Amino acid sequence: MPEHETAAEHTTPASDVGKFLHRRREQIAQRWADEPLFRTVFTVSRDEAVEAGRVVVDALAQVAESGRVADTDAAGFTAVREQLTRMVASRARFGLTSGQVSTEVDGLRPPAVNLLVGDLHEATPEHLRECTTLLTVLMGTLRLVVLETSLSEGQALIDRQHLELLEAATPVIRLWDGIVAVPLIGTLDSARSQVVMETLLESVVDQQARFAILDITGVPMVDSLVAQHLMKTVAAVRLMGAECVVSGIRPAIAQTIVHLGLDLGTVVTRASLADALGYALNRLGADIVLATPGGAGPR
Amino acid sequence: MNHDLSLSGTAHVPVLRLGDVLLITLQGDLHDGTAEQLQQDIAEQIVRNRVTGVVIDISGVEIVDSFLGRVLAEIAASSRLLAARTVVAGMRPAVAITLVELGLSLPGLRTALNTEAALELLAMTTPGGPRREPR
Amino acid sequence: MSGTVAGVEARLPIRSDLDLVWVRQHVRQAAAALGFGLVDQTKLVTAASELARNTLVYGGGGEMAAEHVCDGRAQGLRLTFRDQGPGIADPERALSDGYTSGGGLGLGLGGARRLVHEFSLDSTPGVGTTVAVTSWAARPPRQREEPR
Repeated sequence: MPEHETAAEHTTPASDVGKFLHRRREQIAQRWADEPLFRTVFTVSRDEAVEAGRVVVDALAQVAESGRVADTDAAGFTAVREQLTRMVASRARFGLTSGQVSTEVDGLRPPAVNLLVGDLHEATPEHLRECTTLLTVLMGTLRLVVLETSLSEGQALIDRQHLELLEAATPVIRLWDGIVAVPLIGTLDSARSQVVMETLLESVVDQQARFAILDITGVPMVDSLVAQHLMKTVAAVRLMGAECVVSGIRPAIAQTIVHLGLDLGTVVTRASLADALGYALNRLGADIVLATPGGAGPR
Repeated sequence: MNHDLSLSGTAHVPVLRLGDVLLITLQGDLHDGTAEQLQQDIAEQIVRNRVTGVVIDISGVEIVDSFLGRVLAEIAASSRLLAARTVVAGMRPAVAITLVELGLSLPGLRTALNTEAALELLAMTTPGGPRREPR
Repeated sequence: MSGTVAGVEARLPIRSDLDLVWVRQHVRQAAAALGFGLVDQTKLVTAASELARNTLVYGGGGEMAAEHVCDGRAQGLRLTFRDQGPGIADPERALSDGYTSGGGLGLGLGGARRLVHEFSLDSTPGVGTTVAVTSWAARPPRQREEPR
């Protein structure tokens, strides 16, 4: 739309800033490459830092031209989000907080604004003011985008660690040929019980286990929610063609279960892990015989 | 569910006979129509071949929804009426978890880890103990 | 429903039981592409299968729209099932297990709700029904309300 461009040439600061960013792309990228944010992240070569700078300038130009300079969701930012994420992660590894990274982003503003002021020395003071304000707002939005990125990175890290912790806390032990067990220690909430269920079921396939023992000796409390999780796990194991035994039901927990009126109906339960193992071995057709004092077992 | 399943495209799942057991291997994504057709085919084969067991291997099935779950349960129930026992073998963990969350634990269904274990289970529970094939 | 829409990926018609197969395959592929784990994929595909069958059997057919959503933390998939069928007079009852008007096991709606992270049902008798569900990828399962 060339007519529109001509008509708008001297009127909208947004398009002027957009054009400025295109025109001065190289100079801005060069100056940014010397700022701490780019210099410390892109350490392989200065060219690498300059190239990364160009990508950010392009994104800002696109955002300026779209007129959404205050909008962190502007389409232009999409293209650089991934690069910004990597930059933030790199600074975070250096030990910088989100606030410090944000200050470094702010350090990119003066070089860009100075170039703009130099370019507009012939413009009216009013136009100059409008353009510098706009660029300042745009750089502030970039700062917000970076802050957003670093916060969501932190959350993603917490989520990942949470999941890893859950998995680490759920070891599956092969007790015998065809018998696996999970000793549960600690509180069994929804997230944990889902991990337990998945881990146990996977091991049933891997080991081709006919029996899966869930040992709850280390679970401090069994309420109706925990009981429900246990029942679900038992049902899923059964659907796969194996049998699930719940062991380690302490007297207090047995009483709670009765008091709550919970029906563990079809679930096979045993007092201890040893009893559960004995039950499973027996069902597999193995007999446990104590060795005679002479040493040799009965043959 | 009486919507027209356009008789044109209803495919048959192959039903294999091994001694007096029918072996069915389900793979991939089944149309509702194919599943319903299978239900009929199995009942007819049980009567025709006087088999005493049905093994349905679903290790190649990625999802079982309430429809397919109901078909499996109905196959087991109707086979029972025709004096054959049904074992569903090889359900994947993700499928088992999903069925349980869905609320479909299929209590009447016999299950086994794999086809081999299913055949063993049928042999073990056949009246008169383990069978020997006449030679 | 939370999250911003990152674009409508597809609209699939639900007119026959063959379409149910396409719905399942599409949801499987979209969920896998967004990084859903195997169990979460299976849950979402199963929920889609239940809801699409409801659309077909009770709604007399309709369509499913699949959207990629993003809440800043995670990638999600939102599926919206629309029909212009008779609608549901009592949604609360329709969501309870064992309720059925079509000869199934009565797990369709209530079952599907348990398989997804977010669920909404909007139905007007005589006008139609819209069910929207969203699930998120790569996020530890959230504490959910205890079913009564």
